[in-house]
Amino acid sequence: MPLTEGAEEILETLWIELKERKKPSCNPGILKDKDNLSKLVDLGYVNIVERAATLTHSGSEEARSCVRRHRLAERLFVDILYVKKGMVHDTSCKFEHLLHKGLDDNICTLLGHPKTCPHGRPIPEGKCCRDIKALPGKIIMPLSELAVNKKAKISYLHTENRSALQKIIVMGALPNIEISLVQRFPTYVFQIGKSQFAIDRELASCIFVRLI
Amino acid sequence: MKEDYKGPVEYSIEIAVETIEILLKDDYGLSRRAIALLLLQDDREIREMVKRKEPGALGKIDDILNEAKSHYINPITYELALERQNAVKAITARVVKVKKGNAPFREKLSRLTMNPLTGLPILFFVLYWGLYKFVGQFGAGTVVNFLEGTIFEKYLNPFITGIFTKIVPWEVLRDLFVGEYGLITLGFRYAVALILPLVTFFFIVFSIIEDTGYLPRLAMLIDRVFKKIGLSGRAVIPMVLGLGCDTMATMVTRTLPTKRERIISTMLLALAVPCSAQLGVILALLEGKPRAMFIWAGTVVLIFLFVGYLTAKLLPGERPSFYMEIPPLRLPKLSNVLTKTYVRVKWYFKEVLPLFLTASVLIWFGQLTGLFNIFINILKKPVKLIGLPPEAASVFLFGFFRRDYGAAGLYDLTKRGYLDGVELVVACVALTLFLPCIAQFLMNVRERGWKMGFGISAFILFFSFSAAYILNFILTKTGVAL
Repeated sequence: MPLTEGAEEILETLWIELKERKKPSCNPGILKDKDNLSKLVDLGYVNIVERAATLTHSGSEEARSCVRRHRLAERLFVDILYVKKGMVHDTSCKFEHLLHKGLDDNICTLLGHPKTCPHGRPIPEGKCCRDIKALPGKIIMPLSELAVNKKAKISYLHTENRSALQKIIVMGALPNIEISLVQRFPTYVFQIGKSQFAIDRELASCIFVRLI
Repeated sequence: MKEDYKGPVEYSIEIAVETIEILLKDDYGLSRRAIALLLLQDDREIREMVKRKEPGALGKIDDILNEAKSHYINPITYELALERQNAVKAITARVVKVKKGNAPFREKLSRLTMNPLTGLPILFFVLYWGLYKFVGQFGAGTVVNFLEGTIFEKYLNPFITGIFTKIVPWEVLRDLFVGEYGLITLGFRYAVALILPLVTFFFIVFSIIEDTGYLPRLAMLIDRVFKKIGLSGRAVIPMVLGLGCDTMATMVTRTLPTKRERIISTMLLALAVPCSAQLGVILALLEGKPRAMFIWAGTVVLIFLFVGYLTAKLLPGERPSFYMEIPPLRLPKLSNVLTKTYVRVKWYFKEVLPLFLTASVLIWFGQLTGLFNIFINILKKPVKLIGLPPEAASVFLFGFFRRDYGAAGLYDLTKRGYLDGVELVVACVALTLFLPCIAQFLMNVRERGWKMGFGISAFILFFSFSAAYILNFILTKTGVAL
């Protein structure tokens, strides 16, 4: 039986608190939806001992999947469907609920296995990401995989490294800008408008583009 | 939703900017809005300025900055760049028209310089005509011979020596100024008659290459190789400059972004990048012996890569990243080239002349106290070890102070038949790797500090003889005839 929207929200909150913020446990007080919480406890997904909520093994599998579907939905809305940023979260909450298992891998493949949501939070890897790291015909790909002279538009930048991000910004490689590769070897040379820049592979793989 | 609703993102930046503007009271020479925006982008200099002028306000400002940052997952710099981009797009869309056409000739040429297949021959062509023919043969040969041989040695030196002999009665003091290694007869002459023309010619070529926009293309061609030795393509600029003068190139390593890159490039410049004075001498010595020249060049390039690779492995630190704008190729303007050359030569002279004068004093002191003979005796052992006659010891010591003198020593040894082909190649490799001139040593100390400066020198002293020893061993064992 699929979980309700409210239950999925709770699992996501727990995932963020426990796995991403690395807290040992979570105060159930912040999980407002008591009905759904007790349902999750009954299903064996969540343990509550002395006002500290933790995820069980099967619970964290489930939570991981919820987070993944939610963030993939956000990526889909922002990159492909151009939903306004302010509306992304609410729409994604609803949509994620409809993305049943297996379907998320299809969306993930369509998007080119993105690593982060539009807010920069990591998307947990799916089976598809591990299986087929380089599937041909991706819609979104890092600049380092773009063919020479093909026109593309920048979708998003992804890097943990702030100074790398700064460098890319300085070159004017920003989302929604048209970009093409002049050459790939020995170094990547890309063209934006009338300007050309040479960058190494590391920087080129931080810029994600969509073919146009 | 209202048309002009900016959404929560832009809204909190604007609020933060306006609140900071109210907190700032002092005059910064910039608008308060600009200061606020720079603070939001973590600009260190502006932060220091605010800290100096209004330390009281900083606490409150930090609260606002942290509050604003907590609204975004991306750095604020990024959010602002996006905003700016949109504004620029809106303006240019109304006022700029772009003509469409075929790739012009300069674009085709540009692609040729960036494609390794055609780019490397072009690089070779530039190096051969620019450096070897123009700087090496014309500048270092013809012009230096005239300035040094004719002007200084025939006219100036005898004239000044004459004056000093008349007015300074003490020989020791006279030697300091006009002796064999005097401040004027060696230090000043060396700087004016040898280094000045060399560097001027080199800067002319360098400015031309720079103004055509060729350097970024060279940097991108070589980036992959340089990454292996812990540098990025950017480091190609000091390396090419090093072929002119390593001392100046060491100064230019300041432009590299990380300390690690600066250390590696200082090291490589000191060890394996021959300056124009060295190149001139070595090319002359090996002239007419293509195989010897090939072995010398191959060994030096191999050592450059090998030591770079090792240093990169040993030195901790972040991998360098490479990004560079590739400007369109342009025909350089003569007036720009001349102005640049003039400014650079002036700057170079101001930095380097004192070093040459210091070197003169050190030599004078070494001769006076007999320290030089002690050093020569110490050097005789390793010189024998690499298969060279002991007479070559003085070549190395003087090479450190006076390249031309060291080279002249090598010429003499070759002429008198002391050196055969193998020995000559070994001597050339050792001399290329051996401690750079004293000016560069002083520059290393100045730029990298005492510890690093001496450390690099000690390593080079040991390494140059070891490498020469191995090369000598291989060449004698395999019985290569040179």
